[in-house]
Amino acid sequence: MDTMTLEQRKKIHPHKYSLWIAMGSITMMFIGFTSAYIVKRSQANWLAFELPHIFWISTAVILTSSLTIHLALKQFKERNMQRYKQLITLTAILGVVFAVCQWIGFSQLKAMGLPLNGPVSASFIYVIVGVHMLHVLGGVIALLIMFGRAYRTRIRTYSAVPIEVAATYWHFVDILWIYLLIFLSIAR
Amino acid sequence: MSNEATLHSQQEVMHGAHDHHDHEHHHEDSFISKYVFSMDHKMIAKQFLITGIVWAIIGAFFSVLFRLQLGFPDATFPWLESILGHWAKGGRITAEAYYALVTMHGTILVFFVLTAGLSGTFSNLLIPLQVGARDMASPFMNCLSYWFFFLASLVMMASLFVQTGPASGGWTMYPPLSALGDASIGSKIGVDLWLTSMALFVVSQLLGGLNYISTILNMRTKGMAMTKMPLTIWSFFFTAILGVLSFPVLLSGFILLLMDRHAGTSFYLSDIFIAGKALANEGGSAILYQHLFWFLGHPEVYIIILPAMGMVSEVLAVSSRKPIFGYLAMIGSLFAICILAFLVWAHHMFVTGLNPFLGAFFVLLTLLIAVPSAIKVFNWITTIWKGNINFTPASLFSIGFVSTFISGGLTGIWLGNSSIDIHLHDTMFVIAHFHIVMGVSAFFGMFAGIYHWFPKLYGRFMNSTIGYIHFWVTMVGAYLIFWPMHYEGMAGMPRRYYDVSNWASFKQFGGLNEFITIVVILVFAVQLLFVFNFFYSIFKGRKMTTLNPWHATSLEWTTPIHAGHGNWPGEIPEVYRWAYDYSKDGRDFIPQTEPIGPNEEVH
Repeated sequence: MDTMTLEQRKKIHPHKYSLWIAMGSITMMFIGFTSAYIVKRSQANWLAFELPHIFWISTAVILTSSLTIHLALKQFKERNMQRYKQLITLTAILGVVFAVCQWIGFSQLKAMGLPLNGPVSASFIYVIVGVHMLHVLGGVIALLIMFGRAYRTRIRTYSAVPIEVAATYWHFVDILWIYLLIFLSIAR
Repeated sequence: MSNEATLHSQQEVMHGAHDHHDHEHHHEDSFISKYVFSMDHKMIAKQFLITGIVWAIIGAFFSVLFRLQLGFPDATFPWLESILGHWAKGGRITAEAYYALVTMHGTILVFFVLTAGLSGTFSNLLIPLQVGARDMASPFMNCLSYWFFFLASLVMMASLFVQTGPASGGWTMYPPLSALGDASIGSKIGVDLWLTSMALFVVSQLLGGLNYISTILNMRTKGMAMTKMPLTIWSFFFTAILGVLSFPVLLSGFILLLMDRHAGTSFYLSDIFIAGKALANEGGSAILYQHLFWFLGHPEVYIIILPAMGMVSEVLAVSSRKPIFGYLAMIGSLFAICILAFLVWAHHMFVTGLNPFLGAFFVLLTLLIAVPSAIKVFNWITTIWKGNINFTPASLFSIGFVSTFISGGLTGIWLGNSSIDIHLHDTMFVIAHFHIVMGVSAFFGMFAGIYHWFPKLYGRFMNSTIGYIHFWVTMVGAYLIFWPMHYEGMAGMPRRYYDVSNWASFKQFGGLNEFITIVVILVFAVQLLFVFNFFYSIFKGRKMTTLNPWHATSLEWTTPIHAGHGNWPGEIPEVYRWAYDYSKDGRDFIPQTEPIGPNEEVH
């Protein structure tokens, strides 16, 4: 198979390549949102407020999950399947915890008198954070599929490509969140 | 999983080449996996094409209907009531139905036909065949791409049949009209279905685009350097990049619009009165939507025209038996257009109160597009110059493309100037401009592609006589329809108006409008003739007997007439030269697979 892979003349696996382009695409979407935010902020009636503090906790959660998926990838490559399964489960749980934290953040916003249909500056937070949260949950679904595959007994996978793709995506949504957090805290 | 299987079988096939396995036996295809949820890029291309044709008939028929209203505002057509019901009470299209027809005509033609039907078809068909790959980077995502498009089509189709009618705020779906259900009858559920359908459509385009890019960059056969690729592949490559970078921004705009519609947010809404009642929405900006929309909307016109440009380049070189003139300049100008496409969106918004200082930059950047466009036109003309042209329907349509691209492009220089645009904005002049340069040209490119690659798709030829009739009537008809609209527009006749005969200054165009409508009906009938030719030829067309009927150099003609999934039964051929060695060293053409001779120069 090794020689065959050479004959395929692929420098990077096409799935990884597609992922990089997809990440560019998702980035464009958030550039769309954040530039809309900037345009809107420069206009009249912009209400500035503090972000809910739980967003900092969710940042810690997603940073931890990036670490766990990195370790999971390492364990997969060393074929420690038991540790690998534990680590991707942990990552998926952290992903869900992150989403829950964001959701709590929404209710805190609401409690601050900033509902979704309130001032535009608050509506933007809901939409941007919400769409990002959906992307994290998409990653959780990918991890669940990995999890299912890891438990299959009939077919075993030795290719690290799927988990590498998932890990890269996971780091991407992590970095995206940090960008968004910095952006939303600075451009208030 | 299944995409893994295909990638896997690719490797197996390469093994198999040694002991002459038939590729087919790796896939025991059922009807469903062969014709419905197919992962074969060639079948997916056919699915895109036929879905596109169905949409094109619907979209073009809508234009016939609203042209009837524009051409004969006082006449009644009782048969209209029998197909449109209360939307054409007494045989006259109502104003609401008119707006809905115009909106749907735009949406269908721009997105469903000229984006999905054009680049969806030919990117899928030609990328693996011309770069020498077994299939796309991810055949499964490719299959998903089509089915998301199909879902989008279903939702859009459903919106035509809801009680309040489809979206009718214009294909650009500007708020506040589109954001408020109470604003008009066409702003109710029709807009929700429109937005849902378009969101699915964006997903389809992204899945497709990712695949096109990674296939072109990663899956080229041995020897196929980027600079040896046919120009079709370059144009599909830039098209995909434009789509992948601009569609997500459109999606952001749509998400905000949906929130405004249903969550009570005010991204686009501020200080609005409906039926004398003030709305609570405050602080939004409708212009914000226009920025987000046109950031896609402008690249979108290049998403439509670039594939046509690529196919025309290929067809012109093949049919004039000459190498393409200025190959690298062609790539360079595609690249320049691709970059500029992202920097000119505000020229759609000169009259929105845009800062004139800012407008000046957009004028400059817009006019800069004339440079790469002119380079391309010059290269096409010099390619066919003194060529030994075979006037097949495909080459006629390619030449027609160059003609309409020039005449439509020139009026773009008018509209790109902000000061002239103030007068011409939202008039029939704009309609004339973009229909010629984008609508007709892109269709000509698509027709050229269909006539040229039909043998590759179905192993048969389309009827040339019908093809010639199709070309000449369409070519002459297109100019007769759109040329007069320039004059109407310069006189100030607005677009999108239901009935302009109330104005003394536009009443003079009554006869002209009748004339345009009659030509529209004729041209529409000839398109139906094309559709007949297409479907008839699939089953009864003249059979293809040789592998390479057009004597072309590129790789797609080295595959068997009815190639299975995997394209080449044996090994993928290796490539040694560019795709344009025509009339070289006393030979009519030299295929890309032929090694460079000892005394031969590489291009």
